[in-house]
Order: sequence, then structure tokens, then C-alpha cells
Amino acid sequence: MDWQGQKLAEQLMQILLLAFAVVAFATGYISGSFQMMVLIYAVGVVLTTLVTVPNWPFFNRHPLKWLDPSEAEKHPKPQEAVSAKKKPAKNSSTPTQEAS
Amino acid sequence: MHSLGFRVNALLTLGVTVLALMCVIASLSDNLSVPSPSANVQVLNFNWFQKQSEGNEEVSLTFKIAADLQSMFTWNTKQVFVFLAAEYETPKNSLNQVSLWDGIIPSKEHAKFLIHTTNKYRFVDQGSNLRGKEFNLTLHWHVMPKTGKMFADKIAMTGYRMPKEYR
Repeated sequence: MDWQGQKLAEQLMQILLLAFAVVAFATGYISGSFQMMVLIYAVGVVLTTLVTVPNWPFFNRHPLKWLDPSEAEKHPKPQEAVSAKKKPAKNSSTPTQEAS
Repeated sequence: MHSLGFRVNALLTLGVTVLALMCVIASLSDNLSVPSPSANVQVLNFNWFQKQSEGNEEVSLTFKIAADLQSMFTWNTKQVFVFLAAEYETPKNSLNQVSLWDGIIPSKEHAKFLIHTTNKYRFVDQGSNLRGKEFNLTLHWHVMPKTGKMFADKIAMTGYRMPKEYR
């Protein structure tokens, strides 16, 4: 599952569960049956499980494009200075920051 | 959301939380209905009225309960426990309660009833205060919900009087 797929899965799960909860409560309250509410919600949970838990193909439509290994070898990873280990932040190359 | 196990965990956690929330709202929805129960008890006969060897008085009576408790049942009601108590005042205690009869009403269909019975539990006074005593018959009930808060209330019926002599 790719990044976009993970976001989609989480949102789908939340929306589906809440929607089923609202429908279940409304139906149960109007028909005066607590059992109906629990039943509809149980069906909703099962359906949501089927939709969001397995790794369906539609969660994998935005695959990450990694660089070709040969391309990576042309730009070798810079060797980090020993003193820079404490702050592996984005601007770790700034000398003033390293001094602190 | 990156693995199957994580997704199952997230789904179950949210699922149970939402279910709990639904139960809370269901319990709160009970406050919307205002029950209007009615009850009437008629004492038909005092079968016997004696003093026990220990000095306590005991009475046996036959009565008829007509009650309509249907309005107590909402969609969140599991059952209603109901009991009839004789309540009277003595010099020693300002309130004496003796349970005479009880019952469990499992559904709305059984909530309108007419029962003709003698006292299910013994009516014994702690002492000998009952002769000619005026007493109340109070129908108490506890509404037991499927989820949430339990409600209790009562209807007091006044103007009953014990026989003046043992029989």
C-alpha cells in the first residue's frame, strides 16, 4: 500500500464507520429496536473491514518512483562529519550550527 | 495504515469507540420519553391477622393489582422490576417498608396486567403496631435499560387500614 493508499484507507475507514453508525442509530431509534441498531452497525463494521483492511489494488495507484541504482551510484552519499552526528537536521552543513 | 495488522487495530479501535458512543446516546435518548404509568391496588381481604409467639404481628392479605406500565418501555429498555410495598409509620420508625409482592416485566406486551394474589412475602411487623394502623401501598419500579442509566420511581396509594382485632 502506497502513501496515498494509506491516507485513503484511513479516511474511508473513518467515514464508513461513522456513516454506518448514524444510519444504524437512526434506523434503530425510529423502528424502536436496539437489536436493529447493533445489527446494522455490525454489518457496517464487517463491510468496512472488507473495504479497508486488505491491500486492494486501488490503494496502490501512486507507487513511489525510486531512482535507478546506476543513477544513485553517480551521486554518492556525502560522508557525514563526526561532529554533525548530533544534529542530523536539514541545515546541518551550516558551520554556525555545528559550532553550537 | 502501513500494514494489515495496523489497519485491523485502527478499525477495531474506532469501531468500538463509535459503538460506545452510540450506547451513550441511546441511554441519553431515554430522557426524551416521559412515562405516565398508572396503578391501582385494591385490598380484597385480610385473611388472617395474628401475633407470633415472639410478639411480632403478622398479617396475610389478598389484593388485586391493576397497573399499566407500558409507557415505561422505550427502545432501550431491557426489563422492568416492580414491587409492591406496604409502608407505614410507627413510633419507633418514621418509615417501615414491607415488600408484599414483586415481579419482572420482560416486555411491553406484559406491562399492562391485572394480578389477583395473596402476599408473596410475609407481612410481619417488628413489634405490635399494626392493629387499626393506616398504611400505604406503594408500587415501586426500576427500569433496567439495555445500556446506560437505570431509572427508579414509585406510585404511592394511600388510605388502607388494618383490622382492629386479630383474626
